[in-house]
Amino acid sequence: MIYLDLFLGFLKVGCFAFGGAYGAIPLIRDVVLSYGWLSDETLTYMIAVSESTPGPIMVNLATYVGSSQTGMLGAIVATLAVVLPSFIIILLVTALLKTALKNKYVQAVLRGLKPCVIGIVLATGIYMVVSNCFGSVSALSANFQAIIITAILVASMFGYKHFKKKKLSPVLLIVLSAVAGMVLYGI
Amino acid sequence: MNILLDLFLTFAKIGLFTFGGGYAMIAMIENNCVERKQWITHDEMMNVTVIAESTPGPIAINCATFTGFKKAGFIGALVATLGIVVPSFVVIYLISMFLDNFLELTIIANAFKGVKIAVGILILDAAITMIKKMHKKKLPRAIMLCSCVVMLFINIFTWNFSSISLMLIAAAVSLTIFVLNGAPEQKGGAGK
Repeated sequence: MIYLDLFLGFLKVGCFAFGGAYGAIPLIRDVVLSYGWLSDETLTYMIAVSESTPGPIMVNLATYVGSSQTGMLGAIVATLAVVLPSFIIILLVTALLKTALKNKYVQAVLRGLKPCVIGIVLATGIYMVVSNCFGSVSALSANFQAIIITAILVASMFGYKHFKKKKLSPVLLIVLSAVAGMVLYGI
Repeated sequence: MNILLDLFLTFAKIGLFTFGGGYAMIAMIENNCVERKQWITHDEMMNVTVIAESTPGPIAINCATFTGFKKAGFIGALVATLGIVVPSFVVIYLISMFLDNFLELTIIANAFKGVKIAVGILILDAAITMIKKMHKKKLPRAIMLCSCVVMLFINIFTWNFSSISLMLIAAAVSLTIFVLNGAPEQKGGAGK
């Protein structure tokens, strides 16, 4: 049943989403692609939309995926499921188990989880950048527009950091990429 | 004003006006809940941030649940969490109704081809930032590298192996190594 799948799928995401929004993206990709709820394309578009609209990215993605499957009810089910684990865990930690997180075995588990999440995010980032530019293994082909846009975006990020001494905001980078896309794919 | 209504409205405001997720929200929550409303202290706020790092889920949700609970118990936690979720829910729900039609316009579709590239770069950038903040020790680095390589294979060859299983393995490896090392504080070399 779709509602149960949505609930369980996003509950899993909510339970394992360590390391903030970007830590959750690979998990959401995993769940969404394995159930075939969205194409990789659409999911990537939605990540950008979630980054450019208010609110936590994980919640935004859950709402969108739910809504794309069954409308309002699906959106509610998926959103609840992604929020529920952190809600319950914080209640437990603040009300009952004040020392649970300091337990040395819990710490040992976390020491394993955190670097693993970083590795997963790194792999996802590398895979997305490379496959945008060169296609997938089964259909290798250089995509020149994508390579040019990648170069422009990376150069702007480094340039901005060098001259302004702070990070280019993600929303600005997305706007820039949209303009570059319109120009380079339009001509 | 009724504290529950106040909690809901304050967190709804935070939910509606913070872009870019997580850390941007912490600044807004600090400004509203610590400085203006004085619902929680600065130290408590720091504590939640640390807890949030060790627990799953969006940091903003963690902070909202904590603050709500401190001020008005379980109902407070519920109301504050709903407050932060409702605005983004409404915005994304509206977008989801129009996105498909929107993407049929060629110019928008082209824009999104560009945006797709930005998303990959943002994810890669997030990973690099995380690596810079990581403990510079052998074990975490080894776990990070192994996970990265396995995850690359999963992506490239579309292996049917979930990233959650990978995380569980990493947790098990770290726990096993900890126990085999005699769980440092435990003297007398328990159960080797």
